[in-house]
Amino acid sequence: MNPVNYVYLAALLFTIGAAGVLIRRNAIVVFMCVELMLNACNLAFVTFARMHGGLDGQIVAFFTMVVAAAEVVVGLAIIVSVFRTRHSASVDDANLMKL
Amino acid sequence: MSATAVAAPAVHSLWTTAAAAPIHAPKIEYAQLSPILVVLGAAVAGILVEAFVPRRARYGTQLAVTLIGLAGAFAAVVGLAATGYATTKADLAAMGSIAVDGPSLFLQGTLILVTAVGVLAIAERGLEPQSREVPHVDAFAPQAAAVPGSEDEKAAARAGWSTTEVFPLTLFALSGMLVFPAAGDLLTLFIGLEILSLPLYLMCALARRRRLLSQESAVKYFLLGAFASAFFLFGTALLYGYAGTLDLGGIAKVVTGDAAPNAALNASAHGDALLLIGGAMIVMGLLFKVGAVPFHAWTPDVYQGAPTPITGFMAAATKVAAFGALLRLLYVALPEMRWDWRPVMWGVAILTMALGAIVAVTQTDVKRMLAYSSIAHAGFLLTGVIAGNKQGVSAVLFYLAAYSFVTLGAFAVVTLVRDAGGEATHLSRWDGLGRRSPLVAVTFALFLLAFAGIPLTSGFSGKFAVFSAAAKGGAVPLVVVGVLCSAVAAFFYVRVIVRMFFAEPRADGPSVAVPSALTGTAIAVGAAATLVLGVFPQWAFDLADKASVFIR
Repeated sequence: MNPVNYVYLAALLFTIGAAGVLIRRNAIVVFMCVELMLNACNLAFVTFARMHGGLDGQIVAFFTMVVAAAEVVVGLAIIVSVFRTRHSASVDDANLMKL
Repeated sequence: MSATAVAAPAVHSLWTTAAAAPIHAPKIEYAQLSPILVVLGAAVAGILVEAFVPRRARYGTQLAVTLIGLAGAFAAVVGLAATGYATTKADLAAMGSIAVDGPSLFLQGTLILVTAVGVLAIAERGLEPQSREVPHVDAFAPQAAAVPGSEDEKAAARAGWSTTEVFPLTLFALSGMLVFPAAGDLLTLFIGLEILSLPLYLMCALARRRRLLSQESAVKYFLLGAFASAFFLFGTALLYGYAGTLDLGGIAKVVTGDAAPNAALNASAHGDALLLIGGAMIVMGLLFKVGAVPFHAWTPDVYQGAPTPITGFMAAATKVAAFGALLRLLYVALPEMRWDWRPVMWGVAILTMALGAIVAVTQTDVKRMLAYSSIAHAGFLLTGVIAGNKQGVSAVLFYLAAYSFVTLGAFAVVTLVRDAGGEATHLSRWDGLGRRSPLVAVTFALFLLAFAGIPLTSGFSGKFAVFSAAAKGGAVPLVVVGVLCSAVAAFFYVRVIVRMFFAEPRADGPSVAVPSALTGTAIAVGAAATLVLGVFPQWAFDLADKASVFIR
């Protein structure tokens, strides 16, 4: 199978994730969509590494996983503390600051 | 089964070729990486202090560890610059991951000084109302995990607890910022971006007062920041797909045609599309960090909600680091693409300057006003980036150093003006401040005049440098827009000064807290840097000029 198809798949997953970030209202779901975008990046990296016959892209994929894990730690801490304060994880409810 | 057996050699070729080559241990130039390593070491020491030192002694120990670490890192930067790593011996360290050259060392030195001044404001414990049981209260939540208004929080406040984790978090953020403008490949750039961002998201949520605003700002910053870094990473993937390497210099070679891109890929996936889309997405991620329009939406909310000392640190240091990275990406990896990125950057710069200056006029909160002013300043800095010559680089370096100290000083003054509810950030509360406490009002007026770019302040020297570089680089219309926007911006800065000195003070107006030596020093350093870089800028111009050549 032509590996370019995996690049298309990665672009599709990335687009789905980006659309989810913009459309969904629950902070946890928004965050999961960001993770989907990061995973799409991983797929693209691994595919390109295969096409170039190098290992750089696969190394980046490992780093991305670590970064995503660190982001989960920080992000969930913030989202959970907000949820405990407001009893809501909706990003629309957080609107104390407006123009 | 037979089908897999036939396909096996193709699948395994990658592993066999990699295994056939002998593995060499990477060569790491520890001396050249020492500024970053010292800061990281101090941050790790801060974590250990948090774990093992009793709560009573933590504040003093943390402050000492942080300041000693910063002094060591600054000494390392000066040592490297003095031995010629900024000019003749500039080189790529750690297998090409970190560039040790003029812009890196200049920005690292600036960042370390900015953080040192920011830490002084962060360490202030004399402004909040105190009691006999709890003699020292700082600007951070007694226990960040406790629900605002809950019994847990009150108990933690009564016990005199404080979030001293903010010191190691600051150092971790700084270590990311030191890596960010020095990154020699896209992977290091991404890791630097994340290391600087993640602690900042947390620090935004730590305010002692107005915790709902603080938490809200953290959520917004985090979700939008993660969104932007995903774009950055996908752009990195596409550029890697185009060039087959992550090195900034290697990508530049493929762009100029000195090294061949992957032929099979180009035939099937339109290599130029990979280059253009990938470059655009990476630049998008960086423009988010500098707060340029249309990626600025987070700036006012985060600046307003975060604890004010953190806002000052973040506003000053993030901008320095992110503009350094943007310069390196555009000047090292994509210089041959300048006919593609310059028109886009023209649009971004004009929008950023205009929107920042015009929307700031309507603001009623001083922190929000300073946030929009920082957006406008991002636009002025972009005109220097667009210049596309050596003078542009040195002008941007100088502007970053000048602007960051003004920002630190201005936000440190904001922490002083208080009423019963904490900081009095509504502009109407600042009426007549000049009669009540002339020294604070005069200092704030100095910072506002520097933001506006009035001669004899550092703001004027910086604006003059970027605008003259941009004019030399052929961007005269951009300079005209920049000067017009400066005039609009001067209006709302001067309006605040008029309020402070010519309006009647309110009977229920805020009081001005007397700062301890910490915030006092921070404001004094900010004011001194503003005046020195405004009256005698030449030595700093020379320094920035010497430091303005990127290693490839």
